Amino acid sequence: MGLPHATISRPTRAGSRWWVYFALVAVVLVSLYPLYWSIVVSTADSTAVARGTPMLIPGENLWDNVVSVFEKVEFGAALRNSFVVGAVVAFANVVLSSLAGFAFARLRFRGRGPLFLVVLSTTMVPAQLGVVPLFMLVVALGWYGDLRSVIVPGLMNAFSVFWMRQACEESVPQELVDAARVDGCSLWRVYWHVALPGLRPQLGVLAMLSFMVSWNDFFWPLIVLDPQNSPTVQVVVSQLAGGYFTDYSLMITGATLGVLPMIALFAVLARRLVNGIMSGAPRGR
Amino acid sequence: MAFDLSRRTRARRKLPDSPDNVRTPTWRGHRWSLVDLRLTPYLMISPFFLLFFVFGLFPLAFTGWISLHDWQMLQGEQRFVGLGNYADLLRDKHFRNAVANTTAMLMLATVPTLLAALGLAALLDRGLRGRMFWRTSVLVPNIVSVVAVGLVFSQLFGRDYGVVNAVLDWVGIGRVDWATHRLTGYLVVAVMIMWRWTGYNALVYLAAMQSVPRDQVEAAVIDGASTWRVFWSIIVPSIRPTIIFTVIASTIAGLQLFAEPRLFGGGTLGGDDRQLQTITMYLYEKGFELFDAGYAAAVSWMVFLLTLLCAAMNFSFVRRLASSE
Repeated sequence: MGLPHATISRPTRAGSRWWVYFALVAVVLVSLYPLYWSIVVSTADSTAVARGTPMLIPGENLWDNVVSVFEKVEFGAALRNSFVVGAVVAFANVVLSSLAGFAFARLRFRGRGPLFLVVLSTTMVPAQLGVVPLFMLVVALGWYGDLRSVIVPGLMNAFSVFWMRQACEESVPQELVDAARVDGCSLWRVYWHVALPGLRPQLGVLAMLSFMVSWNDFFWPLIVLDPQNSPTVQVVVSQLAGGYFTDYSLMITGATLGVLPMIALFAVLARRLVNGIMSGAPRGR
Repeated sequence: MAFDLSRRTRARRKLPDSPDNVRTPTWRGHRWSLVDLRLTPYLMISPFFLLFFVFGLFPLAFTGWISLHDWQMLQGEQRFVGLGNYADLLRDKHFRNAVANTTAMLMLATVPTLLAALGLAALLDRGLRGRMFWRTSVLVPNIVSVVAVGLVFSQLFGRDYGVVNAVLDWVGIGRVDWATHRLTGYLVVAVMIMWRWTGYNALVYLAAMQSVPRDQVEAAVIDGASTWRVFWSIIVPSIRPTIIFTVIASTIAGLQLFAEPRLFGGGTLGGDDRQLQTITMYLYEKGFELFDAGYAAAVSWMVFLLTLLCAAMNFSFVRRLASSE
């Protein structure tokens, strides 16, 4: 996609912009088609898939497919696990990162600069650099196959601290912090009554992004959770693609079911997420 | 500097009319206030840092130590071998294959994704009707998990029943066995990444574009510059820092490519000839299927070195590219 060479040099109004909308509609169609296709396949039986023609109209097999996803793999348990992990990780990220971000942005203490630099520099390091020792650590703690192995390392995130510091600098005025201090507020109360209310929109975005990253994570849960015994959604969905199952509609139904909670969350919070990303919320690890 | 507790300001704080003493005149209250000032910041960062040291920094540092050993996770055998693992790695043709695959997919994905994102951002930047609708729509692919993307696109590009092959067949090109050939496999993985990340990067660029001074753009338009020229000569150079950021972020993410090629290539090996095995898949194979911790740790370090190398190359390349315009 690019811009056509022959655009009008004089800025004209609406009429000549039809091609912009045309291009955008094309982008949106390409963005949404795989999702639509997944829903159609989830409603089809496997013979319809095997006919190999591009399917456009939903079939009648949705319920059967959903039921067999829950029967073939531990989908119910996986959904519950992913919700628990996501919720705990999101909550912890909001609390720990806003505390640390507030301290780094608005308080003065010895070692502030170097400590922040350490946090900042690890955001540039690929997460997989530490994956072997982290695995050994988790095994030594006896957490292998346990949800703690995915929850605890996810509780903190250097990106979140980085972003919260920036958010505090934008939304929590130093004068307000100083004024509260002069009035005799302890720093904890300053955090609670001044910083948190100022940060509310960003905290919402941070919670949603943390939940999403946790929900969608695949590499780490695949390593530390037992695929046969209560893993997360992404791990069981990937199992549907493993050697034992070649039922395509089943596989796609699983994938679709795993995406639905994200779509629901997005439907409610899309505007906030767009604004968050455009104001510098970091995405992913 | 109300909270600076260096020796210099601490002396000043003891003055009777210091603001801290107004509400806390008693000795006890004053002392408590000082403790609060001095200690609380550390208490606030400590939960994060405790976890960060144990689950973030310690593993990073320990990887280097493990990589110097012949370290088998199951047998618990540990023998110092110096740089032996690294020497083996450099001779390992599977590792070289993984590096080549990763680099190829990275290039095939990153360059078109970011160019498309730039174009999309330019479209979104033209005072549109229904601004929020377009912005949210392009972000939808980004919330879909890599596993779902991998599965769905593997089917779309399936040899026998895939939609793409059905269309190619229909227009007369014929069916392509996407997963078995290197280049076509790279292409499909690149398409997955592009689908998932173009909209997100477009929003990042859009945010940067909106802070480009409008009068500069208008002046160029009045001087008769085409939209195309305004875009490349004014807008792109002004958002250069953002472009550098996205290139580096995409590179780091690309070097960790795992789920898409694994699901499309049908396993950790990435196909019968390892044609789609990435470095991270190789790391997984060595570390978590064969439990050779020492060797896997060495692979981790090589990923890190590659990241540094790519970041440095990208940085100088993009800087030169955007400033020569």
